[in-house]
Amino acid sequence: MTAASALLQYVISGATVGSTYGLAALGFTVIYNTTEIINFAQGEFVMLGGMLAVFALRWGGVPLPLAVPLAVLIVTAVGVLVNRLTIRPVQGRSPLTMIIITIGVSILLRGGAMLIFGKDTFSLPAFSQGGPIDLGGATLLPQSLWVFGITLLTVLGMKFFFDRTLTGKAMLACACDRKAASLMGIHVDSMVTLSFAFSALVGALGGVILAPITLTAYDVGILLGVKGFAACILGGLGNPFGAVVGGILLGILESLGAGLVSSGYKDAVAFIIMLALLFWRPSGLFGSARAERV
Amino acid sequence: MRRTGLVFVFILVLLSGAVAWAAEPIRIGAIFSVTGPASFLGEPERNTVKMLEEDINRSGGVLGRPVEFIVYDDETDATKAVTAVDRLIKKDRVVAVIGPSTSGNTLAIIPKIEEGKIPLISCAAAKKITSPPRPYIFKVAPSDLLAARKIFRDLKKHNLAKVAIITASDGYGAGGREDMKEIAPQMGITIVADEVYGPKDTDMTAQLTKIKGTDAQAIVCWGTNPGPAVIARNRVQLGIKTPLYMSSGVASKKFIELAGAENAEGILLPAARLIVEPQVPADHPQKKVISSYIKEYEGKYKQAVSTFGGHAHDAVRVLVQAIRNAKSTDPAAIRDAIENVKGLQGTWGEFNFSPEEHTGLTEEAFVMVKIVKGDWEMQK
Repeated sequence: MTAASALLQYVISGATVGSTYGLAALGFTVIYNTTEIINFAQGEFVMLGGMLAVFALRWGGVPLPLAVPLAVLIVTAVGVLVNRLTIRPVQGRSPLTMIIITIGVSILLRGGAMLIFGKDTFSLPAFSQGGPIDLGGATLLPQSLWVFGITLLTVLGMKFFFDRTLTGKAMLACACDRKAASLMGIHVDSMVTLSFAFSALVGALGGVILAPITLTAYDVGILLGVKGFAACILGGLGNPFGAVVGGILLGILESLGAGLVSSGYKDAVAFIIMLALLFWRPSGLFGSARAERV
Repeated sequence: MRRTGLVFVFILVLLSGAVAWAAEPIRIGAIFSVTGPASFLGEPERNTVKMLEEDINRSGGVLGRPVEFIVYDDETDATKAVTAVDRLIKKDRVVAVIGPSTSGNTLAIIPKIEEGKIPLISCAAAKKITSPPRPYIFKVAPSDLLAARKIFRDLKKHNLAKVAIITASDGYGAGGREDMKEIAPQMGITIVADEVYGPKDTDMTAQLTKIKGTDAQAIVCWGTNPGPAVIARNRVQLGIKTPLYMSSGVASKKFIELAGAENAEGILLPAARLIVEPQVPADHPQKKVISSYIKEYEGKYKQAVSTFGGHAHDAVRVLVQAIRNAKSTDPAAIRDAIENVKGLQGTWGEFNFSPEEHTGLTEEAFVMVKIVKGDWEMQK
């Protein structure tokens, strides 16, 4: 294997895993933009996406093409419920209170998943058949193409929604000035609900597309949540495009760190580079110093 | 007629009661991780002990007395294991303790056991538990070093002298890594790549890509699920044809299920004969023990046996044998008797204890097993 194809392999592997970090980060961003809350239950949405798909397939006997959207829909509903039951009742409190609530929600979701699904690791079949594709000495799984494709579509969809639709613009307005938006006749509560639904949706998507490659278990959410948050900071908090790019970049950094430096310090290498980047650009790669959101 | 019947029943009740009352039961403690992350060890161990308790008492007990196993769940938590051992020694006044399930918990309770001067037979594998030997501490799980040696011997047999190792960064993986690095030079094996992965990592293609770039003739992976399953998948994904060896830590059907039969095809690992029972020749000294254990366990619990339950089985057998030989339930006498247990056939192998050898098993406990079409195939 030549050095060049090894390098290509590191990038492909990193970008695949990084896409999930990116989708988790996108979820963080959407909620942050409408509520200023960092939703630490984001990782659990990712976990639930993968786990529910596995169980719809195993217990429900639902075929895979249906199990995947079903899992994503259920998680979206969970996202809405989380907002209704835990965030809305304490509306008006400081964001810190709400952030701590989201930590509680994440523990609850994780514990619930453990009780219902058990502590085992599960695998989900790949979306399409076929062996690895050879690419200049490196290999690419067909599932990776699904991951890249769905991530790209999600980002484009989000961009279209925020730029071209009235609801999207209303959500942005809430981000700019909640009170003014409310005075303009925007129903802020619905926008917050919508943002939780969106963030659960993209998180679950990330979980379900990656599960065939990496396996899933009740406790994968913690790590994915942390990585997603790191990706968010790297891309510039509040910037959806930055979040996804940040995630993919983080994945690639990890992979390169493991391959070229030392696999024992894989995470350390990625985070050191990330810290260095943040010293150089404290507001993240795509965040502007003016802390303008979205 | 009815009255005679009643009287008869009454006498029967008295008689059966009399047997139970005649002798105080021998109380034996057990600590297993029945819940928590290591429940895959503790649950079959507890089941096995409960099953053997019934067996032993049905066939007349030990030294004419029934045995009573007092089982505590340490929830895979070292602090809870220490509390449990305290209670077993001080409150339940047991004559010996079986367990705990994990190496960490075993090491945590050793000081209490030594202080209480009662024998402990651990079901965990770490070499540190019995080396150097401590008077009251025994174990029935073969050290990982023996598994590593078994793998390396197989490598030598196939003339694969250059090896890449990939190990988990947890206690089990780090232990395996140390053992392999220690014995490699003695056995004429060169380690050409030494990669590590986090036990929660979900993608090991980077490490495997690096290994692919070396001249390794075989890859040895040391970890417990799910890491090794991810590695098996990644290896096929990267089109790596180098033979892959796994540790005994994944010797369960769960591993094949997670990796997918097509990705697990051809993987070699050292395992207990228990998992390849139908392929063990009928004249093998362990055949009878294994077959009857599997039959009874699967009949009673309606679930597949695991080699971990086998550790509990062996621990109980060793202890019962020692109590019988000692003809006493004095902990010190039992301890002396365990050191003299010889030629005892357990599910894992033939146990031979001595004052220097507190594990009792040799490399013979393992057979090399190959995964073929989603099933185990015992290697000659």
